[in-house]
Amino acid sequence: MYGRKVKLRFFFVLLILVTLALSVFLLIKSLEENVIFFKSPTEIKTLSEIGKKKIRIGGMVKKDSITIISKEIKFIVTDFKNEINVVYSGVVPNLFAEEKGVVAEGYLKDKNFFLATKILAKHDENYMPPEVKAALEEK
Amino acid sequence: MFKYFEPNKIFAITSKAPKYVLFLFIVILSIGLTEALILSPEDYKQSHSVRIMYVHVPAAWISLGIFSAITFLSVIGYIFKIRNFFLIAKSLAPSGLVFNIIALVTGSIWGKPTWGTWWAWDARITSMLILALFYIMYLVAWRIFEDEDNDKVFKVTSIITILGIINVPIIKYSVDWWNTLHQPASINILSKSSIHISMLFPLLTMTAAFALFSLLIFLMKYNTELIKIKNKGLDRL
Repeated sequence: MYGRKVKLRFFFVLLILVTLALSVFLLIKSLEENVIFFKSPTEIKTLSEIGKKKIRIGGMVKKDSITIISKEIKFIVTDFKNEINVVYSGVVPNLFAEEKGVVAEGYLKDKNFFLATKILAKHDENYMPPEVKAALEEK
Repeated sequence: MFKYFEPNKIFAITSKAPKYVLFLFIVILSIGLTEALILSPEDYKQSHSVRIMYVHVPAAWISLGIFSAITFLSVIGYIFKIRNFFLIAKSLAPSGLVFNIIALVTGSIWGKPTWGTWWAWDARITSMLILALFYIMYLVAWRIFEDEDNDKVFKVTSIITILGIINVPIIKYSVDWWNTLHQPASINILSKSSIHISMLFPLLTMTAAFALFSLLIFLMKYNTELIKIKNKGLDRL
Protein backbone atom coordinates (compact mmCIF):
# COMPACT_ATOMS: atom_id res chain seq x y z
CA MET A 1 0.00 0.00 0.00
CA TYR A 2 2.69 2.45 1.04
CA GLY A 3 6.07 2.69 -0.54
CA ARG A 4 9.18 1.07 0.87
CA LYS A 5 10.59 4.46 1.89
CA VAL A 6 7.47 5.32 3.88
CA LYS A 7 7.68 2.02 5.76
CA LEU A 8 11.37 2.54 6.42
CA ARG A 9 10.78 6.02 7.78
CA PHE A 10 7.99 4.68 9.97
CA PHE A 11 10.27 2.05 11.50
CA PHE A 12 13.02 4.61 11.84
CA VAL A 13 10.79 6.87 13.94
CA LEU A 14 9.49 3.91 15.93
CA LEU A 15 13.02 2.72 16.62
CA ILE A 16 14.13 6.15 17.80
CA LEU A 17 11.13 6.41 20.09
CA VAL A 18 11.59 2.97 21.66
CA THR A 19 15.33 3.45 22.12
CA LEU A 20 14.86 6.87 23.64
CA ALA A 21 12.07 5.76 25.96
CA LEU A 22 14.19 2.86 27.21
CA SER A 23 17.30 4.98 27.70
CA VAL A 24 15.39 7.69 29.54
CA PHE A 25 13.68 5.05 31.66
CA LEU A 26 17.01 3.50 32.66
CA LEU A 27 18.57 6.89 33.26
CA ILE A 28 15.78 8.05 35.53
CA LYS A 29 15.66 4.70 37.27
CA SER A 30 19.31 4.98 38.21
CA LEU A 31 18.85 8.57 39.30
CA GLU A 32 15.74 7.85 41.35
CA GLU A 33 17.50 8.97 44.52
CA ASN A 34 17.84 12.47 43.09
CA VAL A 35 14.52 12.65 41.31
CA ILE A 36 12.47 12.31 44.49
CA PHE A 37 12.00 15.62 46.21
CA PHE A 38 11.80 14.33 49.76
CA LYS A 39 12.11 11.14 51.81
CA SER A 40 9.35 9.78 53.99
CA PRO A 41 9.99 8.91 57.65
CA THR A 42 9.86 5.20 56.73
CA GLU A 43 12.60 5.70 54.15
CA ILE A 44 14.67 7.52 56.77
CA LYS A 45 14.30 4.56 59.17
CA THR A 46 15.70 2.19 56.57
CA LEU A 47 18.78 4.33 55.89
CA SER A 48 21.96 2.42 56.66
CA GLU A 49 23.89 5.51 57.72
CA ILE A 50 23.11 9.10 58.50
CA GLY A 51 24.84 11.47 56.11
CA LYS A 52 25.92 14.97 56.90
CA LYS A 53 24.38 16.30 53.70
CA LYS A 54 21.29 18.48 53.59
CA ILE A 55 18.20 16.40 52.85
CA ARG A 56 14.45 16.85 52.69
CA ILE A 57 11.88 14.85 54.57
CA GLY A 58 8.17 14.98 54.02
CA GLY A 59 4.90 13.68 55.36
CA MET A 60 1.94 14.81 57.45
CA VAL A 61 2.25 17.03 60.49
CA LYS A 62 0.93 14.82 63.30
CA LYS A 63 -2.20 16.00 65.10
CA ASP A 64 -1.56 17.95 68.33
CA SER A 65 2.19 17.72 67.81
CA ILE A 66 3.05 21.38 67.14
CA THR A 67 4.59 23.15 70.11
CA ILE A 68 6.01 26.64 69.91
CA ILE A 69 8.61 27.69 72.48
CA SER A 70 9.65 31.31 71.93
CA LYS A 71 11.16 31.26 68.44
CA GLU A 72 11.44 27.53 68.11
CA ILE A 73 8.77 25.35 66.62
CA LYS A 74 8.66 21.62 67.21
CA PHE A 75 6.44 19.12 65.47
CA ILE A 76 6.26 15.50 64.39
CA VAL A 77 6.27 14.43 60.76
CA THR A 78 4.47 11.16 60.16
CA ASP A 79 3.65 8.90 57.24
CA PHE A 80 1.31 6.90 59.49
CA LYS A 81 3.94 4.18 59.85
CA ASN A 82 6.95 6.00 61.25
CA GLU A 83 7.56 9.39 62.81
CA ILE A 84 10.35 11.95 63.03
CA ASN A 85 10.67 14.87 65.43
CA VAL A 86 11.43 18.14 63.68
CA VAL A 87 12.80 21.32 65.21
CA TYR A 88 12.79 24.58 63.30
CA SER A 89 13.24 28.24 64.07
CA GLY A 90 11.89 30.75 61.63
CA VAL A 91 8.80 31.61 59.68
CA VAL A 92 6.51 28.84 58.49
CA PRO A 93 4.33 29.16 55.35
CA ASN A 94 0.65 30.04 55.71
CA LEU A 95 -0.50 26.58 54.83
CA PHE A 96 1.61 24.89 57.49
CA ALA A 97 -0.88 23.18 59.81
CA GLU A 98 -1.54 20.00 61.72
CA GLU A 99 -2.73 17.05 59.65
CA LYS A 100 -1.47 18.74 56.49
CA GLY A 101 1.45 17.89 54.25
CA VAL A 102 4.87 19.35 54.96
CA VAL A 103 8.36 19.16 53.49
CA ALA A 104 11.27 20.04 55.76
CA GLU A 105 14.75 20.76 54.47
CA GLY A 106 17.70 20.38 56.82
CA TYR A 107 19.93 17.94 58.60
CA LEU A 108 19.25 14.58 60.15
CA LYS A 109 20.74 14.38 63.64
CA ASP A 110 19.63 10.80 64.21
CA LYS A 111 16.83 8.65 62.88
CA ASN A 112 14.28 10.31 65.13
CA PHE A 113 15.44 13.88 65.12
CA PHE A 114 15.59 16.37 62.27
CA LEU A 115 16.93 19.89 62.41
CA ALA A 116 15.12 21.90 59.73
CA THR A 117 16.51 24.98 58.03
CA LYS A 118 13.51 25.52 55.77
CA ILE A 119 9.87 24.50 55.94
CA LEU A 120 7.65 24.12 52.88
CA ALA A 121 3.95 23.41 53.05
CA LYS A 122 2.70 20.74 50.69
CA HIS A 123 -0.70 21.35 49.22
CA ASP A 124 -2.93 18.40 48.44
CA GLU A 125 -5.13 17.93 45.39
CA ASN A 126 -8.37 18.86 47.13
CA TYR A 127 -10.00 22.12 46.17
CA MET A 128 -13.32 23.16 47.71
CA PRO A 129 -15.09 26.19 49.13
CA PRO A 130 -15.03 26.68 52.95
CA GLU A 131 -18.76 25.86 53.27
CA VAL A 132 -18.27 22.47 51.63
CA LYS A 133 -15.34 21.74 53.94
CA ALA A 134 -17.48 22.65 56.95
CA ALA A 135 -20.31 20.43 55.70
CA LEU A 136 -17.86 17.56 55.20
CA GLU A 137 -16.53 17.95 58.72
CA GLU A 138 -20.02 17.86 60.20
CA LYS A 139 -20.56 14.46 58.66
CA MET B 1 -5.36 14.80 -0.18
CA PHE B 2 -2.99 16.62 2.14
CA LYS B 3 -0.09 16.47 -0.20
CA TYR B 4 -1.50 18.63 -2.93
CA PHE B 5 -3.50 21.12 -0.96
CA GLU B 6 -4.18 24.46 -2.53
CA PRO B 7 -2.88 27.39 -0.49
CA ASN B 8 -5.38 29.73 -2.11
CA LYS B 9 -8.41 27.90 -0.75
CA ILE B 10 -6.98 27.59 2.74
CA PHE B 11 -5.82 31.18 2.60
CA ALA B 12 -9.41 32.30 2.08
CA ILE B 13 -10.28 30.65 5.39
CA THR B 14 -7.24 31.66 7.42
CA SER B 15 -7.49 35.29 6.42
CA LYS B 16 -11.15 35.58 7.43
CA ALA B 17 -11.44 33.24 10.40
CA PRO B 18 -9.26 35.15 12.93
CA LYS B 19 -11.76 37.93 13.52
CA TYR B 20 -14.51 35.44 14.41
CA VAL B 21 -12.15 33.47 16.62
CA LEU B 22 -11.05 36.70 18.29
CA PHE B 23 -14.65 37.64 19.01
CA LEU B 24 -15.40 34.21 20.46
CA PHE B 25 -12.18 34.32 22.49
CA ILE B 26 -13.10 37.68 24.05
CA VAL B 27 -16.58 36.41 24.96
CA ILE B 28 -15.34 33.15 26.51
CA LEU B 29 -12.45 34.89 28.25
CA SER B 30 -14.81 37.46 29.81
CA ILE B 31 -17.07 34.70 31.08
CA GLY B 32 -14.09 32.71 32.33
CA LEU B 33 -12.45 35.62 34.12
CA THR B 34 -15.74 36.71 35.73
CA GLU B 35 -16.22 33.19 37.03
CA ALA B 36 -12.63 32.73 38.09
CA LEU B 37 -12.09 36.09 39.76
CA ILE B 38 -15.53 37.05 41.08
CA LEU B 39 -18.14 34.30 41.07
CA SER B 40 -16.13 31.26 42.13
CA PRO B 41 -15.65 30.68 45.87
CA GLU B 42 -12.36 30.93 47.68
CA ASP B 43 -10.64 27.74 48.74
CA TYR B 44 -11.04 26.44 52.30
CA LYS B 45 -7.29 26.28 52.79
CA GLN B 46 -5.50 28.60 50.38
CA SER B 47 -8.33 31.20 50.19
CA HIS B 48 -7.92 33.54 47.21
CA SER B 49 -4.64 32.07 45.97
CA VAL B 50 -6.76 29.38 44.34
CA ARG B 51 -7.67 31.86 41.60
CA ILE B 52 -4.14 31.58 40.20
CA MET B 53 -4.98 27.96 39.42
CA TYR B 54 -7.56 29.07 36.80
CA VAL B 55 -4.72 30.42 34.69
CA HIS B 56 -1.99 27.99 35.71
CA VAL B 57 -3.70 24.67 35.00
CA PRO B 58 -5.26 25.56 31.60
CA ALA B 59 -1.93 27.05 30.47
CA ALA B 60 -0.10 23.86 31.44
CA TRP B 61 -2.69 21.67 29.69
CA ILE B 62 -2.54 23.71 26.49
CA SER B 63 1.27 23.71 26.39
CA LEU B 64 1.35 19.92 26.80
CA GLY B 65 -1.41 19.48 24.23
CA ILE B 66 0.30 21.68 21.65
CA PHE B 67 3.61 19.89 22.06
CA SER B 68 1.89 16.54 21.51
CA ALA B 69 0.16 17.95 18.43
CA ILE B 70 3.43 19.31 17.04
CA THR B 71 5.10 15.94 17.51
CA PHE B 72 2.24 14.09 15.89
CA LEU B 73 2.21 16.44 12.90
CA SER B 74 6.00 16.33 12.52
CA VAL B 75 6.21 12.55 12.69
CA ILE B 76 3.33 11.99 10.27
CA GLY B 77 4.72 14.74 8.08
CA TYR B 78 8.12 13.09 8.10
CA ILE B 79 6.90 9.58 7.37
CA PHE B 80 4.52 10.54 4.58
CA LYS B 81 6.41 13.63 3.43
CA ILE B 82 3.54 16.01 3.92
CA ARG B 83 5.07 19.49 3.93
CA ASN B 84 1.91 21.22 4.97
CA PHE B 85 1.97 19.44 8.34
CA PHE B 86 5.34 20.97 9.17
CA LEU B 87 3.97 24.45 8.53
CA ILE B 88 0.97 23.72 10.76
CA ALA B 89 3.31 22.47 13.49
CA LYS B 90 5.52 25.52 13.13
CA SER B 91 2.54 27.85 13.43
CA LEU B 92 1.31 26.08 16.56
CA ALA B 93 4.58 26.23 18.48
CA PRO B 94 4.73 29.89 19.61
CA SER B 95 1.47 29.78 21.58
CA GLY B 96 2.59 26.50 23.16
CA LEU B 97 5.77 28.15 24.39
CA VAL B 98 3.88 31.18 25.68
CA PHE B 99 1.48 29.01 27.68
CA ASN B 100 4.37 26.93 28.98
CA ILE B 101 6.03 30.07 30.32
CA ILE B 102 2.71 31.30 31.75
CA ALA B 103 2.33 27.98 33.58
CA LEU B 104 5.83 28.25 35.05
CA VAL B 105 5.43 31.88 36.11
CA THR B 106 1.95 31.51 37.61
CA GLY B 107 3.09 28.35 39.39
CA SER B 108 5.93 30.33 40.90
CA ILE B 109 3.59 33.12 42.00
CA TRP B 110 1.28 30.52 43.54
CA GLY B 111 4.12 28.61 45.16
CA LYS B 112 5.42 31.52 47.21
CA PRO B 113 2.31 32.07 49.38
CA THR B 114 1.29 28.39 49.58
CA TRP B 115 4.47 26.30 49.65
CA GLY B 116 6.71 29.03 50.93
CA THR B 117 9.10 29.01 47.97
CA TRP B 118 9.22 30.44 44.45
CA TRP B 119 10.94 27.46 42.95
CA ALA B 120 11.69 23.87 43.82
CA TRP B 121 13.66 21.38 41.76
CA ASP B 122 11.00 18.73 42.06
CA ALA B 123 10.19 16.36 39.21
CA ARG B 124 7.06 18.14 37.95
CA ILE B 125 8.50 21.62 37.89
CA THR B 126 11.84 20.59 36.41
CA SER B 127 10.25 18.50 33.66
CA MET B 128 7.99 21.43 32.79
CA LEU B 129 11.08 23.64 32.47
CA ILE B 130 12.63 21.04 30.16
CA LEU B 131 9.50 21.21 27.99
CA ALA B 132 9.98 24.98 27.68
CA LEU B 133 13.59 24.38 26.59
CA PHE B 134 12.38 21.94 23.92
CA TYR B 135 9.91 24.53 22.64
CA ILE B 136 12.71 27.08 22.42
CA MET B 137 14.97 24.57 20.68
CA TYR B 138 12.21 23.80 18.18
CA LEU B 139 11.58 27.45 17.36
CA VAL B 140 15.27 28.31 17.16
CA ALA B 141 15.83 25.36 14.80
CA TRP B 142 13.21 26.83 12.46
CA ARG B 143 14.93 30.20 12.56
CA ILE B 144 18.33 28.69 11.78
CA PHE B 145 17.48 26.24 9.01
CA GLU B 146 14.44 27.88 7.44
CA ASP B 147 16.38 29.77 4.79
CA GLU B 148 18.48 26.78 3.82
CA ASP B 149 16.71 23.83 2.33
CA ASN B 150 13.31 22.59 3.39
CA ASP B 151 14.22 18.96 3.96
CA LYS B 152 16.83 19.91 6.52
CA VAL B 153 14.54 22.04 8.65
CA PHE B 154 11.82 19.37 8.53
CA LYS B 155 14.25 16.72 9.71
CA VAL B 156 15.82 18.77 12.46
CA THR B 157 12.50 19.95 13.90
CA SER B 158 11.02 16.42 13.73
CA ILE B 159 13.95 15.05 15.69
CA ILE B 160 13.56 17.76 18.32
CA THR B 161 9.87 16.93 18.78
CA ILE B 162 10.62 13.20 19.05
CA LEU B 163 13.24 13.86 21.71
CA GLY B 164 10.87 16.18 23.53
CA ILE B 165 7.80 13.93 23.45
CA ILE B 166 9.49 11.48 25.85
CA ASN B 167 9.25 14.25 28.42
CA VAL B 168 5.47 14.67 28.09
CA PRO B 169 4.40 11.46 29.89
CA ILE B 170 7.11 12.17 32.47
CA ILE B 171 5.49 15.54 33.19
CA LYS B 172 2.06 13.96 33.43
CA TYR B 173 3.01 11.11 35.76
CA SER B 174 5.88 12.74 37.68
CA VAL B 175 3.54 13.51 40.57
CA ASP B 176 2.45 9.87 40.78
CA TRP B 177 5.80 8.20 40.28
CA TRP B 178 7.88 10.20 42.74
CA ASN B 179 7.55 12.29 45.87
CA THR B 180 7.13 15.82 44.58
CA LEU B 181 6.28 19.13 46.16
CA HIS B 182 3.71 19.62 43.42
CA GLN B 183 0.32 18.13 44.26
CA PRO B 184 -1.09 15.23 42.21
CA ALA B 185 -3.78 15.79 39.59
CA SER B 186 -7.17 16.89 40.91
CA ILE B 187 -9.07 16.07 37.76
CA ASN B 188 -9.37 12.45 36.80
CA ILE B 189 -11.32 11.22 33.86
CA LEU B 190 -11.82 7.73 35.21
CA SER B 191 -12.35 8.40 38.90
CA LYS B 192 -13.97 11.13 40.94
CA SER B 193 -12.29 14.53 40.73
CA SER B 194 -11.10 16.10 43.94
CA ILE B 195 -12.03 19.59 42.87
CA HIS B 196 -15.40 21.07 43.76
CA ILE B 197 -17.81 21.62 40.88
CA SER B 198 -17.98 25.38 41.56
CA MET B 199 -14.24 25.53 40.84
CA LEU B 200 -14.24 23.09 37.97
CA PHE B 201 -16.52 25.24 35.86
CA PRO B 202 -14.30 28.36 35.68
CA LEU B 203 -11.31 26.07 35.13
CA LEU B 204 -12.88 24.51 32.05
CA THR B 205 -14.11 27.87 30.73
CA MET B 206 -10.60 29.30 31.01
CA THR B 207 -9.24 26.24 29.23
CA ALA B 208 -11.65 26.87 26.37
CA ALA B 209 -10.59 30.54 26.27
CA PHE B 210 -6.90 29.64 26.13
CA ALA B 211 -7.54 27.04 23.44
CA LEU B 212 -9.29 29.71 21.37
CA PHE B 213 -6.35 32.05 21.90
CA SER B 214 -3.98 29.36 20.64
CA LEU B 215 -6.23 28.83 17.64
CA LEU B 216 -6.21 32.56 16.94
CA ILE B 217 -2.42 32.83 17.08
CA PHE B 218 -2.14 29.65 15.01
CA LEU B 219 -4.41 31.02 12.26
CA MET B 220 -2.45 34.25 12.09
CA LYS B 221 0.92 32.45 11.98
CA TYR B 222 -0.32 29.95 9.43
CA ASN B 223 -1.70 32.75 7.33
CA THR B 224 1.78 34.30 7.24
CA GLU B 225 3.25 30.99 6.12
CA LEU B 226 0.74 30.82 3.28
CA ILE B 227 1.58 34.37 2.23
CA LYS B 228 5.24 33.36 2.09
CA ILE B 229 4.36 30.46 -0.20
CA LYS B 230 2.30 32.75 -2.42
CA ASN B 231 5.14 35.22 -2.65
CA LYS B 232 7.39 32.47 -3.84
CA GLY B 233 4.93 32.05 -6.67
CA LEU B 234 3.95 28.52 -5.86
CA ASP B 235 0.33 27.57 -6.16
CA ARG B 236 0.84 24.27 -4.46
CA LEU B 237 3.29 22.93 -2.02
